[in-house]
Amino acid sequence: MSSRLSVNKTYKQFVGGAFERSESGRSYPVSGAGGQLLAHAVQGSRKDVRDGVAAARSAQTGWAARTAYNRAQILYRVAEVMESRRDEFCAEVLRAGDGQSEEAAAKEVAGAIDRWVWYAGWADKFATVLGGANPVAGPYFNLSVPEPTGVVGIVAADEPPLIPLVSRLAPVIVSGNTAVVLASERCPLVAITLAETLALSDVPGGVVNIITGRRDELAPPLAGHGAVDALDLSGCGPDLGADAARQAAATITRVVSASAAERQWAEEAAQSPYLIDAFCETKTVWHPKGR
Amino acid sequence: MERAGGFNLEYAPAPESVAPVRLASQYGLFIGGEMVEPAAGRLSATVNPATGEALAEIGVADAADVDRAVAAARAAWEGGWRDLPGAERAKYLYRVARLLQERAREFAVLETMDGGKPIRESRDLDIPLAAAHFFYYAGWADKLDYAFSGRRAASLGVAAQIIPWNFPLLMAAWKLAPALACGNTVVLKPAPTTPLTALLLAEVLRDADLPPGVVNIVTGDDVTGAALVAHPGVDKVAFTGSTDVGRAIGAELAGTGKRLTLELGGKAANIVFDDAALDQVTEGIVNGIYFNGGQVCCAGSRLLVQETVADTVVGKLQRRMDTLRVGDPLDKNTDIGAINSQAQLDRITELVASGVAEGAELYTPPCELPERGFFHPPALFTNVSTAHRISREEIFGPVLSVLTFRTAEEAVAKANNTPYGLSAGIWTEKGSRILWMADRMQAGVVWANTFNRFDSASPFGGYRESGYGREGGRAGLLPYVELVA
Amino acid sequence: MSDLLAAEPSTGVADAVAGVRITPVDAVGLEQRAAGLCTRSIKTSSKAAALDLSIRVMDLTTLEGADTPERVQALCARARRPDAADSSVPSVAAVCVYPELVPVAAEALADSPVAVASVAGGFPAGLAPLEFRLGEIGWAVAAGADEVDIVLNRSAFLSGRYQKAYDEIAAAKQACGSAHLKVILETGELGSYDQIRRASMLAMVAGADFIKTSTGKIGVAATPPTALCMAEAIRDMAEQTGKTVGLKLAGGIRTAKQAWHYLVIVGETLGGGWLAPERFRLGASSLLNDVLMQRSKLGDGRYQRREDYSVD
Repeated sequence: MSSRLSVNKTYKQFVGGAFERSESGRSYPVSGAGGQLLAHAVQGSRKDVRDGVAAARSAQTGWAARTAYNRAQILYRVAEVMESRRDEFCAEVLRAGDGQSEEAAAKEVAGAIDRWVWYAGWADKFATVLGGANPVAGPYFNLSVPEPTGVVGIVAADEPPLIPLVSRLAPVIVSGNTAVVLASERCPLVAITLAETLALSDVPGGVVNIITGRRDELAPPLAGHGAVDALDLSGCGPDLGADAARQAAATITRVVSASAAERQWAEEAAQSPYLIDAFCETKTVWHPKGR
Repeated sequence: MERAGGFNLEYAPAPESVAPVRLASQYGLFIGGEMVEPAAGRLSATVNPATGEALAEIGVADAADVDRAVAAARAAWEGGWRDLPGAERAKYLYRVARLLQERAREFAVLETMDGGKPIRESRDLDIPLAAAHFFYYAGWADKLDYAFSGRRAASLGVAAQIIPWNFPLLMAAWKLAPALACGNTVVLKPAPTTPLTALLLAEVLRDADLPPGVVNIVTGDDVTGAALVAHPGVDKVAFTGSTDVGRAIGAELAGTGKRLTLELGGKAANIVFDDAALDQVTEGIVNGIYFNGGQVCCAGSRLLVQETVADTVVGKLQRRMDTLRVGDPLDKNTDIGAINSQAQLDRITELVASGVAEGAELYTPPCELPERGFFHPPALFTNVSTAHRISREEIFGPVLSVLTFRTAEEAVAKANNTPYGLSAGIWTEKGSRILWMADRMQAGVVWANTFNRFDSASPFGGYRESGYGREGGRAGLLPYVELVA
Repeated sequence: MSDLLAAEPSTGVADAVAGVRITPVDAVGLEQRAAGLCTRSIKTSSKAAALDLSIRVMDLTTLEGADTPERVQALCARARRPDAADSSVPSVAAVCVYPELVPVAAEALADSPVAVASVAGGFPAGLAPLEFRLGEIGWAVAAGADEVDIVLNRSAFLSGRYQKAYDEIAAAKQACGSAHLKVILETGELGSYDQIRRASMLAMVAGADFIKTSTGKIGVAATPPTALCMAEAIRDMAEQTGKTVGLKLAGGIRTAKQAWHYLVIVGETLGGGWLAPERFRLGASSLLNDVLMQRSKLGDGRYQRREDYSVD
């Protein structure tokens, strides 16, 4: 019987396009559905959050300046690469999940891939649907366009491991925002595998930054960071959510959280152009019409 | 310009008649379709800022009154407004719009008496735009299915709306019209210094047969506002006012699940390139900063002018300032009326003094201010640095800071060098430069070759610390609906 | 020159008006400012002063093929004393006629403060051969015209032959001798406020003592924004060169209210120094009666009957 010792993956955080350990040097054990140790994930620190925001901030202008067609192709590329690594994602979801069936895991991965495809198509359409010309009562051309708000902090929900993250991340970045994600505390590993996929998909470094660790510790500094323009706190419980929202209020940062309907993660109700809009600013430009 | 041998074009006083206005000595709260006494019987005077004299005693609502108002709004929502066909809600709003148009002069005079803004502005802008806003959103009430792709719009419930003193009736219209069109009921809190047109609006709402409780108006102070925001029966809070209060409201609502939109302060850049139409630029700058005495959150309070034309522009501006007429807000020829309150005048005065102390050069035209009331002359600061308080803090008064730039990149950097992001102005005859600049402005409204234009069809609202959410246009519906699949 | 070239990269008007900067005009902003000025409320004492000023700056005009010496004589009589019943009414600034009637007007207005103005230079098209146009100007001046109203060569201006348009005005100025030269831009034919501003600067630099809106012979005449546009050009001219140029508004001005709107526009744009016949004129044929009616109403509070006023 030939046995081969497997080569285990080290799961690192994803910041500025690089996979790194925490500056704090900390890690924490992540267990699978059966209680077995899967890996030691990085236990990120406030400074890692800060570095993530800095990376997101410096990547944002360039990402937003890409053509919508280009962002569409990159998001579609994410779906292509995930599709090619479907088995890996299924295995990862299965290991991490709370006793999901293989069938459920496969369905979740397929749903996550399809969600990227769905949002990829919105890149060059949402401005048409959400913006437009306003017929003002005067000799003016008046146009409203949704623009990315900037850097978005996302606290990902725990369960199931993959599709909630994709469902909240894709609408954020499709418009040109960059993101700092606090991965699910309980199931962080698949988020890092997703990061590997992003790194292979021409998503520029810094557009998505994924921090793993303790939500209680990391969500408040993320929410209170002055350079964060909007927050998705779908993964925060009531107390943490309230605390983070208080932090956000200090810098007039809007807070979004998934509705009950949107938490039917596999359903169509979980995806919407209005979720793109939630992380956009409407900019309205006036110009006189004269000879 | 020489005047010798010419003719001094004086304008004789041309006061608007106050005859249409019938003031009561005392006003209560509008709750459940009735004017009621505040529970604790507390009253506070509202003052005419042009004279310093009290106009009337206004009820100060406390937590018990707020509770009554929220209960009335809740009952009205559950008792029918929520389920009323959109076409019927539309007709109520159309009625309100028409009644406002019919009584426009009365509203304009009252607005000017209570708030101090020139009658020219309340007559030509505030009141017509308020009526237009109701008319515009009336039309949306039965067309919400067309507003949101693939989603149905459901009302939220009771909206708490807190409005400022700079455009009292207009802000009431901006808040009420979309909320009601979407099927919500409202508790509205006007600003303490300018409650009168909101209370006159209550009369209009009654005349329109709006069902009792659909709109409730609670006058009062910041305690009233705090009680309203914190009330558990409120589903949605919409606030227009200072950034500091916006922060406090955000913190108060944290974790409650109540929805929030904020329209806060600003420190807008008005950017002038050397190829611009300089005489219209001059008008645009004046309109940008001296409109409503600069008491406008989107005021163009930072003039960024390209160095090559800085002297020319400042020269034109100073001469234009010399023709501005400061004085009786009811006079039809007044360009700059009274500052809204003593407190606001004190703040403006303090910031102007800081500008002088920090080394900026102040210009104010020779003009006689009325002996009583709260007045401030139009002011212009040159030699301003980006570090000066006057170029960073929102002054909310007729005070302009002039800074210069050399390149478009520098203009962008300076324009965005503020925590605010409400509005921006761009003046250039080069179309591609306008679009390049507009792309880079961190501001919700960009006026190119114009400034301070408003329309019910046009979304208004800010980036960053100027708040979130939009008022006006289709975007203005979003804060008042839950989108369901 | 250099700043001008920067502002005017393509029009070439730069060469003709070297040394002054021509700023672009935003039509909507201009029209809004003009409309705003027209909401100024003129009451009581201001109205009385404005009405008298409107008369003092008026160029009482008749430019019909059917003008006869008798008609011109009657007009001159009104010009000297607009209201036979009220000696407090001031004289108008000038009477404006075709050249052939200049001697009639000169005789009728001798020993009066009222000037004789003549259109000349191939009015209203300005497309007679230049030598004839200059000859006509010289003839009118010799016949007693104190002021000469010529037209801008729009054919040259609109086809970009700015130097030609400029040279013709300069030549006309010479032909005028000591008479004042008013250059009619015929703004209704220029197509945009930018063009009006360019034409204004060109005429002023070429030597115009006044720039004037219209001939009165086409549908579009003086409008508040046009007046404002030209007043702003005059202001720039004064600022940049120190030269003061007058403004004449003509065509379609029929009511006292229109007249004081123009006074407000000029007064607030150029200052009170311009509100005098030396620098401001209203060219009109039927305005006088309305001003007199308003003046009378202001005096006794009664509205007047149009039939009670002269039909000349």
